[in-house]
Amino acid sequence: MNKTMNFIVDLRMRHRKQFLSMTFILSLIVCMLSVAMLMIGNTIYPVSDVVRVLMGEDIKGATFAIETIRLPRLFAGLFAGFAFGAGGYVFQTMLRNPLANPNVIGITAGSSAAAVFCIIVWQASNTVVSIASIVGGLATVLLIFGLAKGASFSIGRLILIGIGIQAMLSAVISYLMLIGNTHDIPTAMRWISGSLNGAKMSNLSPLLFTVILFVPIMMYFGKGLKILELGEQAALSLGVHTNRTRLVLIVSAVMMIAVATATTGPIAFVAFLSGPIANRFVGTSYSNIIPSGLVGAILVLGADLIGQYAFAVRYPVGVITGIVGAPYLIYLLIRINRKGKL
Amino acid sequence: MYLFFGVFALLLVLFGLSIVTSIFLGARTMEWTDVWNSLWHADSTSLEASIVQHRVTRTLFSLMCGAALGISGAFMQSVTRNPIADPSILGVNTGAALFVVAGIAFFHIQSAEQFIWLAIAGAILSALFVFGIGSMGSGGATPLKLVLAGAATSAILSSLVVAIMIPRTNVMDQFRFWQVGSVGVGSWESIRLFLPFLIVGILIAFLVAPALNALALGDDVATSLGVRVGTVRFVAALGGVLLCGVTTALAGPIGFIGLLAPHLIRLLLGSDLRYVIPLSALSGAIILTLSDVIGRIIGSPSELEVGIVTAFVGAPILILITMKVKMRDG
Repeated sequence: MNKTMNFIVDLRMRHRKQFLSMTFILSLIVCMLSVAMLMIGNTIYPVSDVVRVLMGEDIKGATFAIETIRLPRLFAGLFAGFAFGAGGYVFQTMLRNPLANPNVIGITAGSSAAAVFCIIVWQASNTVVSIASIVGGLATVLLIFGLAKGASFSIGRLILIGIGIQAMLSAVISYLMLIGNTHDIPTAMRWISGSLNGAKMSNLSPLLFTVILFVPIMMYFGKGLKILELGEQAALSLGVHTNRTRLVLIVSAVMMIAVATATTGPIAFVAFLSGPIANRFVGTSYSNIIPSGLVGAILVLGADLIGQYAFAVRYPVGVITGIVGAPYLIYLLIRINRKGKL
Repeated sequence: MYLFFGVFALLLVLFGLSIVTSIFLGARTMEWTDVWNSLWHADSTSLEASIVQHRVTRTLFSLMCGAALGISGAFMQSVTRNPIADPSILGVNTGAALFVVAGIAFFHIQSAEQFIWLAIAGAILSALFVFGIGSMGSGGATPLKLVLAGAATSAILSSLVVAIMIPRTNVMDQFRFWQVGSVGVGSWESIRLFLPFLIVGILIAFLVAPALNALALGDDVATSLGVRVGTVRFVAALGGVLLCGVTTALAGPIGFIGLLAPHLIRLLLGSDLRYVIPLSALSGAIILTLSDVIGRIIGSPSELEVGIVTAFVGAPILILITMKVKMRDG
């Protein structure tokens, strides 16, 4: 008996250590990528210059490049990546299906459609576009869950309904792209593939605010999330308010994803990839909201660096994550199908 | 049998109606007598005459596209024994799109004839890929597995499409218009290109329909009835992909016709494919043509492309079907 206890205590210690050390390493990678984002550009500035500019010193050329171009870009990537990663993780864990993520279900399509509509039909300001895309994302979620609840609830049905809604929304998007003015098209394109171009400090506040507000809420309810994974009955008998936990988590995840979509457009596959990658690195003993967010930030920043500087043409970040993420999605599908878990 | 003739008669009436509305109604309101006169005096060069000419080709083209999509959907649904198989859902359209875009971008392909072969190749490859992934594991190709494999494949392929397009503004412009799916591009040239494929598709349909019926009873029963299961499945799948590939190449991706038409017929007449396939062709033609008329009227003075109309009609139906299908995970 004592031996078993010791073993369990030991195991828990090891899991805790793995969680903490891996989270630390992930944060370290995020920091390194952030510094790289500030250093690299048309001119490459040494670390010392970057630090001096950040301390408030005025260096000719560097100050402008870093403060007005690279810093907003970094922040957009960092926070949007974090939001996509953490939000995606919550969805996947709550629905107990790695495929149940905002891209597949169609939430990002709802946000994009609303945003494209505002840009092309109303030529709306950034604030309006942000709000519209949040409303679009939330409305899509409500619609999908509402329809899936009508029949007996099943994740598979939820996903299928999401795909149906998505088909309609992408028809709307293609139509809007078609009637739009030629000069609005590049702006709108961003909403389809996702890009950090044109990030400005003044537009970032909604994203920063949402992430800072909702991440603690998600962490607080995250414990319940971990128990929800055991199934509805088990969670109830362990004293988790399943419905409340689910509602709070869904709303927070959707808010984060919708605001991030409003800022950078839907960066493909980040919400989908981050959770599984984080699980693999840090283990699944704890709720991996923070690690998933960090992985999301790493994916976005890394893909942006690749997209900007690895090729002769500058690709938006969404194209890179799309091409990198796709093989993993296929791999996951094959594995799930083999196991016959769907 | 009475029911069959009843439905057939109804469809014929609707067929006639869709042709008439498609020729007489449109973005530009014209007197009925004017349309009638220009129909029979093709030599006149007035604005009205050219509009009517265009409407005639457009109608013919959309009837053909609709028929092709209807047959294609019926094939795919019976080959995969899956109620929600449709070219657009299975990612076949995106496969065709990727090949066409790659053709425009890398090989400077401009002619519709070359588009067709590229689109067919893309459609076949992506269909194989999606079926391959979707039918792995126990239980074969369940609706959910196939749809997810299709959605995943579409996501990948459209990332590649965007990656090819971004540095090439001219391709983006061409693609933007092809992407929505419209029968307005129909010309005598595209009808001429389309016709052989449609005829081949219809021939295949007549040949394999009885065998497909046997297949619906299960592979073992079909084999014992003397049906070559593998061959039938291959021919029907090839026919389905061929038809939707050609349609996609010429008109752009048009979703949900292949889903709607066979379901409608099965709802009315049951699942005997000897009726379902031809009547799906007929009803596909009707649905697409009427959708196009609706799009032209709503979008007046311009037009709403038919691909958008069908998405709005079709997606709710997909959702309805989904809500009826039994799910295994709960």
